[in-house]
Amino acid sequence: MAVVALKPGYADAVEIRDRKENFHGNQVVYLHWEEHLSFCAATAFPLPPEMPFGALTEKLIPQFYGMHPDFKSLDWNSVEWKIDGEPATPDMSKSLAENGVGHKSLVCFRTPGLNGYKGSCS
Amino acid sequence: MTPPRKKKMNLKQRYALMTRGLDWETSYQKMDDVFPYDTFEGIKITDWSKWEDPFRLTMDAYWKYQGEKERKLYAVLDSFAQNNGQLGISDARYVNAIKLFLTGVTPLEYQAHRHFSHLGRHIRGVGPRVAAQMQSLDELRHAQTQIHTISHYNKFFDGFSEFPHMHDRVWYLSVPKSFFDDACSAGPFEFFTAISFAFEYVLTNLLFVPFMSGAAYNGDLATVTFGFSAQSDEARHMTLGIEVIKFMLEQHPDNLPIVQKWVDKWFWRGHKVLGLVAMMMDYMLPKRVMSWKEAWEIYFTEAGGALFEDLSRYGLRVPKYADIATEEAEHISHQNWAIFYQYTQAAGFHTWIPGDDELDWLSEKYPNTFDKYYRPRFEMWREMEAKGERFYNNALPQLCQTCQIPMGYTEPGDPTKIGFRSSIYKDERYHFCSQGCKDIFDDEPEKFSQAWLPVHQIFQGNCGGADLSDVLKWYHMDQGIDNMDYTGSPDQKQWDAWQAARKKVAG
Repeated sequence: MAVVALKPGYADAVEIRDRKENFHGNQVVYLHWEEHLSFCAATAFPLPPEMPFGALTEKLIPQFYGMHPDFKSLDWNSVEWKIDGEPATPDMSKSLAENGVGHKSLVCFRTPGLNGYKGSCS
Repeated sequence: MTPPRKKKMNLKQRYALMTRGLDWETSYQKMDDVFPYDTFEGIKITDWSKWEDPFRLTMDAYWKYQGEKERKLYAVLDSFAQNNGQLGISDARYVNAIKLFLTGVTPLEYQAHRHFSHLGRHIRGVGPRVAAQMQSLDELRHAQTQIHTISHYNKFFDGFSEFPHMHDRVWYLSVPKSFFDDACSAGPFEFFTAISFAFEYVLTNLLFVPFMSGAAYNGDLATVTFGFSAQSDEARHMTLGIEVIKFMLEQHPDNLPIVQKWVDKWFWRGHKVLGLVAMMMDYMLPKRVMSWKEAWEIYFTEAGGALFEDLSRYGLRVPKYADIATEEAEHISHQNWAIFYQYTQAAGFHTWIPGDDELDWLSEKYPNTFDKYYRPRFEMWREMEAKGERFYNNALPQLCQTCQIPMGYTEPGDPTKIGFRSSIYKDERYHFCSQGCKDIFDDEPEKFSQAWLPVHQIFQGNCGGADLSDVLKWYHMDQGIDNMDYTGSPDQKQWDAWQAARKKVAG
């Protein structure tokens, strides 16, 4: 439906605030560890699109999710990935962009067998 | 010779002269040019004189009545200050609820003052115009009296002093701020529906009753007195809310779908904002009044149910997703407190893990969900804290594009899964915490694609810098004083010292 506005041409004058160009060469990427809701929400990072996907598992995820008691038992080979809701098998050596991770993409990972503190999904 | 004595006018005559009698039809300028705002939303008004003001309040009466009320309020505030009322509260943790109120709610009163003043100029019908003028004054008085009431706590506790600055900048305060910005940037009839009806009529009891009863239960006489002083104004605001809805629906049948859409939107937005109150009730009051779920059942399910049954004769139905909001009443307070617990380093008040008795209270109040989903979360954090590994989330959260709350809400029917929603608009992706927030965006993507999301603004370099310490400075939040856990805070040290001194005096 067309926007209801007082000013003619309002819709065309809109400036989208979070365009990729506004992030100084980065794109926003969201990460989420499923069934670990002690992390209250997915987390947001400004990342270069050319960064290898492997940097997520080697650096970012250990740094920001490593304090969870489940983390030490995490086996990256059994992790199930989803990119923007679609199941994915990322190539760790390729870039985020090449793996289909775009601006404001959501990357979810599930760790079968690990489902939070005492299995509570926390 | 004495002049013949004038007969005193009755209330109705006075009201007619002092409201309707002040208006006129313009002839030098077109009415549409004088009142440019009240038609573009598509609401059709055929007869403005049909507006009924059940209060028939005139300005001279307003002045007299409010003046009396405020003299009484300030007498109580003076005595609270002279008697060191801050020593009589249940526990210093309580003060954090007041910090949330001053930073999150009081600035909204001022926003409401500004916008009702705008409506007091720009509504064509003189009846609602005068009502909006009165409410504009009420809101300004409420902002002032709240600031004066709470200023006493600012002398003794941290986190109060920068409240207007914080309201404009701090990540979680963008939730109430953007809620009101959304209403103020809408047309006058949507604003009335949003604030006067959805907020002041349908949901207001869920804001004021918890805070004011919370104050009463926790020994905060000053805030209770403010609450009583505002009560008669709130009754008038509620009446304006219901009157506006009935007026729009009676004026033209084409108004119904527009009004329904706004009711749906603002019910959902209000429900999300009130999640802050939910968390206050269930977690921040040392002496609890009732659970959020109980409050929701009384004030929304029962009272709201009766209201919408009454309004069904106009064709208006219960807001969309009311059932989902009711289901969320089981979860929202726990999910919100969890957000603040893990981001305590960026909160303008103190956080804590509930004690055993408090956890038991929550188990009892939420028998279906608390032990299964939320108690283990707090127990895990408590264990970590005991080992010296207090759980901080050091990454920034993904925010909902519409309500701006971290996307921590779970899928209806499955509290183990985050309820992700997204939309594409002009090749950009947008994320939402719920179907309700997604629907609101999809209806007006032009508006919400401009949202000032605190997390993205930090990444864009607009919030003082990239490090937490830079951002806190930009928020005017003092590290280690205003933020972090209650345990170890200067607030706690001060409170404990007072208690120790009292014990000494008591021998």
